[in-house]
Amino acid sequence: MIELIWLIPLIPLLGFVVNGLGRNYLPKKLIAIIGCGAVLTSFIISIALFSEVYQDRLAGGDGQIFKNYFDWFTVGNLNVSFSFLIDPLSSIMLLIVTGIGFLIHLYSVSYMSHDDGFGKFFAYLNLFIFFMLLLVLGSNYLIMFIGWEGVGLCSYLLIGFWYKNGSFASAAKKAFVMNRIGDLGFLLAVFFILDTFGSLEFSTVFSQATGMTSGDSTLLLITILLFIGASGKSAQIPLFTWLPDAMAGPTPVSALIHAATMVTAGIYMIARSNILFTLSPITMQLIAVIGIATALVAAFIAITQNDIKKVLAYSTVSQLGYMFLGLGVGAFTGAFFHVITHAFFKALLFLGAGSVIHAMSNEQDMRNMGGLKKALPITYVTMLIGTIAIAGIPPLSGFFSKDEILAHAFFANPVLWGLGLLAAFFTAFYMFRLLYLTFFGKFRGTEAQQSHLHESPWQMTVPLIILAILAIGGGLLNVPEALHGNHWLASFLQPVFADSQAIATPFHLSHETEYILMAVSALAAIAMAIFAYRKYVSNNEIPKADGEETGALYNLSYKKLYIDELYDKVIVQPLNAASRFLYKVVDKSLIDGLVNGIGSFFVFSGKGIRQLQSGYVTFYIFMMVLGVIAIMLYGLLYS
Amino acid sequence: MGTIVEQIQGIPLNHYLIFCSVIFAIGVIGVLIRRNVIIIMMSIELMLNSVNLLLAAFSAYHGDASGQVFVFFIMALAAAEVAVGLAIVIMVYRNTKSIDIDSLNKLRW
Repeated sequence: MIELIWLIPLIPLLGFVVNGLGRNYLPKKLIAIIGCGAVLTSFIISIALFSEVYQDRLAGGDGQIFKNYFDWFTVGNLNVSFSFLIDPLSSIMLLIVTGIGFLIHLYSVSYMSHDDGFGKFFAYLNLFIFFMLLLVLGSNYLIMFIGWEGVGLCSYLLIGFWYKNGSFASAAKKAFVMNRIGDLGFLLAVFFILDTFGSLEFSTVFSQATGMTSGDSTLLLITILLFIGASGKSAQIPLFTWLPDAMAGPTPVSALIHAATMVTAGIYMIARSNILFTLSPITMQLIAVIGIATALVAAFIAITQNDIKKVLAYSTVSQLGYMFLGLGVGAFTGAFFHVITHAFFKALLFLGAGSVIHAMSNEQDMRNMGGLKKALPITYVTMLIGTIAIAGIPPLSGFFSKDEILAHAFFANPVLWGLGLLAAFFTAFYMFRLLYLTFFGKFRGTEAQQSHLHESPWQMTVPLIILAILAIGGGLLNVPEALHGNHWLASFLQPVFADSQAIATPFHLSHETEYILMAVSALAAIAMAIFAYRKYVSNNEIPKADGEETGALYNLSYKKLYIDELYDKVIVQPLNAASRFLYKVVDKSLIDGLVNGIGSFFVFSGKGIRQLQSGYVTFYIFMMVLGVIAIMLYGLLYS
Repeated sequence: MGTIVEQIQGIPLNHYLIFCSVIFAIGVIGVLIRRNVIIIMMSIELMLNSVNLLLAAFSAYHGDASGQVFVFFIMALAAAEVAVGLAIVIMVYRNTKSIDIDSLNKLRW
């Protein structure tokens, strides 16, 4: 199987090439088979690879497979090789990307079946999978960076998939520009790493870093820049506003790129570079603070949104904030655990939302839904499971991963835990609000929509069911000791985080404390579920229409804390003004004036001097005589 | 030869200088103010010959024959110049039906 590693990214790339070139000629069935088959093949190889890594771990090895394919380039002392690194971390990530990727491909076959850009869509999806696999597999920062840029590109292409709609196209642009800001940070970090360690290979960099002192200023700079890169890709404050807008893309794209895989690339990168971060405590604190702030802000906004996908988008931002909180307090395993479980239940929720939108003839406003429970039974049950999982009600997966992060946060600083708990309150509330508004009560849509209501075909429900099973059972991966679990994920990932664990203060909470923390967060989630039930089901409350008078706090949340407006005022408009200034004053007046001035100077002086060329021979001779006299006078007077 | 040299030296050199300058100036003014091409060429001859006279005078005063040799060269040159010049004048006349120098004003801005 080790010989086949190179096939994992190559097959989706081939799928992209075939589907991309044949998008207008191949029949839809063939396109679907190529698109899904490519990812499925990668998934099967990934499973085999994972079992290999797992066997090695069981046998006591560190589960690392390093595969060097060729030297990419050598400049001076710098040698960058094109090589792949499989270790416990990347093998799990491979499974997520290809496994969930395959389910979403399958789902898209039906979801996109009426779309003219069917072939293009699958080509883009396969290209995305290729770049994501490159990002995950790369054994040095440069290969990772290629994947990093590539997924950004695919994200741009897929958000703007329906590019004829102007606002969708500008959402794509916004995502791309915001990602570029982060990417610049990552790129600078890569340069600093090169300058400091003389290599970009993970193994070299990390083994050298292990010898450095904690709080080293170079490391601080590198980690801050890496974090800027991660916050762009993983939608953290202040670069998070692109993710909710990214919902302009087709729903499977939101599920795959903007929930399960690409947005977790930042967390993967930080978990990969964990030793650098552990050695710079200031960055860790910054990550924890930004993470919890993002989790709170996004959850607060999600409470009042009415667009079903917008709620899920802000929920994703909020959950990503949780993951960063986990990274910031040193719970690398916990953060990665949450990446896994979040990939399950958020992909499930997005696909469920897609199923609802599909059934409702592209209606996304929850105020026009309601009572869909009977019409969409499978979607309802699976979304209910997803909701319970994300709200953190035991024993579903979200409870375990969220709790591990919260426990570590409590150990690091109880204030962080308190804020995290507050965000958990919000999370449970807005998720159950979504569920009740969509599936309970009376149908509030139009007649035409009601007659058209139908459960989705098997290509859409099968992925939902599989993801629902994963969302239920995902928690078993890492059951904490307090619940008599064996921390399987933690011990599997142990070699990846071993160096960091040797440095960091060992995590320790008494079992009683852990029980209390678990009970508090589980009760909080259940309480909010009941509260939301009373508000939206028993009292039949429907969110107010756009023009209606609302409370100040509600308005603040509904208007997304005016962050887009703030960015517009503080960054976009001054930039536009500066551009106008440069265009009108500097370019038009100054530079054009200078160039035109030189031109007109010669035109005018030529006009003056050409008067001498009168054409009268007498005049020429006269001038000649004058010249001769002048020369003679000069000779007489100055010789 | 001796007698001619003595005769030339009988007149003070200054007189030659002033005389030649006057003829030269008449030539220059003629070129400048006249518009008839033939007259202009005659004026040019006047200038050339004033120089010739001066060269001969200097030659005699210095007792050096090379000045006179120059005079012969200049005369030959002047003959050639007149031949070419008159040919040009004829062509000008054929083309413009005039020998007014100001009719040749096509080469201008």
